[in-house]
Amino acid sequence: MFQTRTITNQLTFFQKIRSFDFILLFCIFIIGIISCYSMYSTDGGELLYHSKSHIVRFLVFFVMMIFLSFLNIKFWHATGYLFYIIILGFLIWASFYGVTASGSQRWISLYFINLQPSELMKIAIIVCFAKYYHRTHISDVNSFKNLLLPILILILPIVLVVSQPDLGTSILIALSGLVVLWLAGLNIKYFIYSTLTFVISMPFVIAFLKPYQKLRILTFFNPDKDPLGAGYQIIQSKIAIGSGGLTGKGFLKGTQSYLDFLPEKHTDFIFTLFSEEYGFVGSLFLLILYAIMIFRILRIGSYTRSYFAKLYCFSFAAAIFIYIAVNMSMVLGLLPIVGSPLPIMSYGGSSMLATMIGLSIVMSANIYGKQVIS
Amino acid sequence: MISGGDTSFRKLNTINRRMFIISAAKVVVFTGIVARLFSLQINENKKYLTLSDKNRLREWKLPPERGEFLDFYGNTVAGNLKVYQLHVVPEQVEDFKYLMVRLKDILQLDDKKFSKIIKKKNKQKPWETLVISENLSWDQFSKVNFYLHELGGAKPVLSVARNYPYKENFTHVLGYVAQASESDLINSEIIKKNHVPGLRVGKIGLEKAYENDLIGSNGIQRYEVNAYGKRINQIDHLEGKKGKNLRLTIDTEVQKLANELLADKSGSISVMDIYTGDIIAMHSSPSFDPNLFLYGISHKDWQDIRENPLKPLINKTVAGLYSPGSTIKPLVALSALENDVISPRFTVRCTGKMEMYGQTYHCWKKKGHGYMNLRNAIKQSCDTYFYEAARKLGVDRLNKTGLKFGLGEKVLGKTFIDEKEGLVPSTQWKKDNLGLGWVLGETLITGIGQGYIQTTPLQLCLMTAQLANGGYKIYPRIRVEKDQDTAEQIKNKMAQEAIKKEEENLKIKPIINARNFLKTDQKEHTPLYRNPENIKFVLEAMWGSTNEVMGTSFGSRIDDKKYQFAGKTGTAQVKRITEKHRELELKAKDVPYEERDHALYVAFGPYKNPRYALSIIVEHGGSGSTTAAPMAKKLFKLIIDRHEEREKIIKQNFTI
Repeated sequence: MFQTRTITNQLTFFQKIRSFDFILLFCIFIIGIISCYSMYSTDGGELLYHSKSHIVRFLVFFVMMIFLSFLNIKFWHATGYLFYIIILGFLIWASFYGVTASGSQRWISLYFINLQPSELMKIAIIVCFAKYYHRTHISDVNSFKNLLLPILILILPIVLVVSQPDLGTSILIALSGLVVLWLAGLNIKYFIYSTLTFVISMPFVIAFLKPYQKLRILTFFNPDKDPLGAGYQIIQSKIAIGSGGLTGKGFLKGTQSYLDFLPEKHTDFIFTLFSEEYGFVGSLFLLILYAIMIFRILRIGSYTRSYFAKLYCFSFAAAIFIYIAVNMSMVLGLLPIVGSPLPIMSYGGSSMLATMIGLSIVMSANIYGKQVIS
Repeated sequence: MISGGDTSFRKLNTINRRMFIISAAKVVVFTGIVARLFSLQINENKKYLTLSDKNRLREWKLPPERGEFLDFYGNTVAGNLKVYQLHVVPEQVEDFKYLMVRLKDILQLDDKKFSKIIKKKNKQKPWETLVISENLSWDQFSKVNFYLHELGGAKPVLSVARNYPYKENFTHVLGYVAQASESDLINSEIIKKNHVPGLRVGKIGLEKAYENDLIGSNGIQRYEVNAYGKRINQIDHLEGKKGKNLRLTIDTEVQKLANELLADKSGSISVMDIYTGDIIAMHSSPSFDPNLFLYGISHKDWQDIRENPLKPLINKTVAGLYSPGSTIKPLVALSALENDVISPRFTVRCTGKMEMYGQTYHCWKKKGHGYMNLRNAIKQSCDTYFYEAARKLGVDRLNKTGLKFGLGEKVLGKTFIDEKEGLVPSTQWKKDNLGLGWVLGETLITGIGQGYIQTTPLQLCLMTAQLANGGYKIYPRIRVEKDQDTAEQIKNKMAQEAIKKEEENLKIKPIINARNFLKTDQKEHTPLYRNPENIKFVLEAMWGSTNEVMGTSFGSRIDDKKYQFAGKTGTAQVKRITEKHRELELKAKDVPYEERDHALYVAFGPYKNPRYALSIIVEHGGSGSTTAAPMAKKLFKLIIDRHEEREKIIKQNFTI
């Protein structure tokens, strides 16, 4: 045991490079390239604001991810709670001094970037929980005492994000946290009970709300920019995807997007644009890339020795999958529209930053896979 | 580590198991997403492709180019004129207010017009074309072009508009076009189909009658539009089809002469080919310039037309109802002869008036004509003779003859929506419509074309034509179409019919009900007589009326055999003449305009080999012989002069 630790500690730089998961890296890079092309298309085939800043962000954050990968997994374990507390601080800051845009106060202004802390919270909550359950005995996981803190950890950011208001992100944070709880071994009955309680209490809660509050809840499900009545976005998205056909309309030829029928095409509906231009074949290709990415993360998780890293990787894989599934189901008309970006593809610095940090922790778990955290 | 071995093993066991459960769930969801993609993109691709095209493609219909009207010789009488218009697309204008103020100055728009344009602008989308002026004068157009560099956003364009080069000459024949109204759209499928804002459609006359042929079909411009409806680029442009050009039977020269002759008068002139039924001219006076209606007539012009006491809006040729007066006498004579009521030798002594049941019936000649036979009675238009003839004939038999010769029925069917049927009275008619019994006195005045009997000028023309061609039914037409019979063909048919009739007469068959054979659709040139000699007699008497001393239109005769015509004058009373007036012997000049008699004249020519018939009516024009008959002289000169040219065109088999 002592020997292995010394070995990993003494990994040379080239050994570290060699132990990179290049398939994962390659997948991320290809998805990044695709996202740049799609962003270029949203700008109508010109290198304008969105495409330029997206390309820059992707490259900067991709390089940053590689550098962060060299951080020992122990660092993330050590700073797990701190990471969460800092992001929570940012969230609180945002709720007081945040930048408001399109009716929601979600951003904080750092000097070089407008940061959306709720996006980072998606990762922070996983790291935080992974650390928490790393030391918890399996027999203690389901004890009431050991459940209080995780619930608090989960509820705080959700309340903050809902009050921004940003239903989509808060749901994704909740799901990210719940996935960790599930993987940590929380009894299934808790999930069933809480779901039932939630469903049953819904009508009562709504009944006690004031009309304007009800309206606010409705606007959660029916986001602002909706010029032609409810369902416009989803109808246009389905038309765009459906009209793509087998091989799509071709690069820069997605009429739905460049004639502005598609709403939010940079962010939530980027997959719609991609699917319109590249059709079923292209969409399947992108899905396979995501699938490989998730598979590689799971593989790293299963090879890694520390419980922290394993729990993190499995949870992160599940979270990434949830983001992808929620976003795609949404644009395919299977779920109501809630703001949820598609990892890497969607425009948005904070989302990109969060995804890259999350991936760098996975990379780190891979490089330092033999590392044991006591 | 070792003490916790069991725990960590259980922990790992749990996490691995649950990871697999999640992975299985992932596969299920992943499959679901792929299935959804497949159903949208592969199964329902067509549906969504259509929806996407529906989203992005908008069609703009272009106004169709209207077919033209040509006269018999191929001259355009209603064409399409290139007009200069000024368009502005507000979106492309930097400073709209400034531009409008400049344009107002340059085009000298009055405040009313200016505010109208502003109102229109506020109603439209900013990228829709705003028409500042639909018809710029050349002066305005060149001025705009001169200042164009300062008028960013203003576009002088060339467009097409209806144009009537002969102005008031064809107004009542062609009618006019104006913007399609709501009722036009409701009543006509084809207008609805081809409608674009600002489309001009026929409102009356032939423009309306032949709308379906004239309208053509829309050109279509297909544009790609964005989500806000703005045109991005043009995808394709389908040329529309121009409407059919229609050729009329009308001779513009004759039409123009008719217009000249009736200048400043109220009345009508119709000229017809007695075989083919071709309408050579039909003019109603006063007329107006139909070009005024194209861009919305100004209030003043409209007021002038509407309030003119001579009623220029009425197409008097088909919609004016007149007592035929003495022009009916040839028909009364024919009816009497056909029914064997009188013979040409039947004589009446005219003393200037006739007493009947205490009522006095006057002849136009106060002194009386003395002893009159039928020929002289027609020639000198003796009223007393025709009172007696009508009395013997009875109104019902006259009614039958009248109907046979085309009175009491629309001449051109549905062509002119405003055409009137007129009236040939009968005892039955009076009972049905007025609920009163027929009075003998009414028969007497019907015999001289007064009383209930009412005819349109075109009906009188047709009646004369059908007498002049030897008494055969003809079918008036105003549009030249393929496979129409020529005059020669029709003459042959008539000759065959005549032989058939002769054979029939020998077999002595009952006379067929006149109404019945009027209703047959087949274009048979049925003889309208029983004995062709009767027709010949009447025509000869009409010749006498024009070409013999004492004849009522002797003064208007042409001795040259080439032009010689035969006719019958008529003077229709508008107001019952009181005894007092009769004694005063008022001249036309002394009577107020509205109470003066209508002057009528019907004629055919050339007498030796008749080809054309005409009818002339001058409202309140005084007597037929002084006002109407001289017009016929001028008309026949022109008509017969132009006959050869017309024949040439027919021989060339000129078609459009």
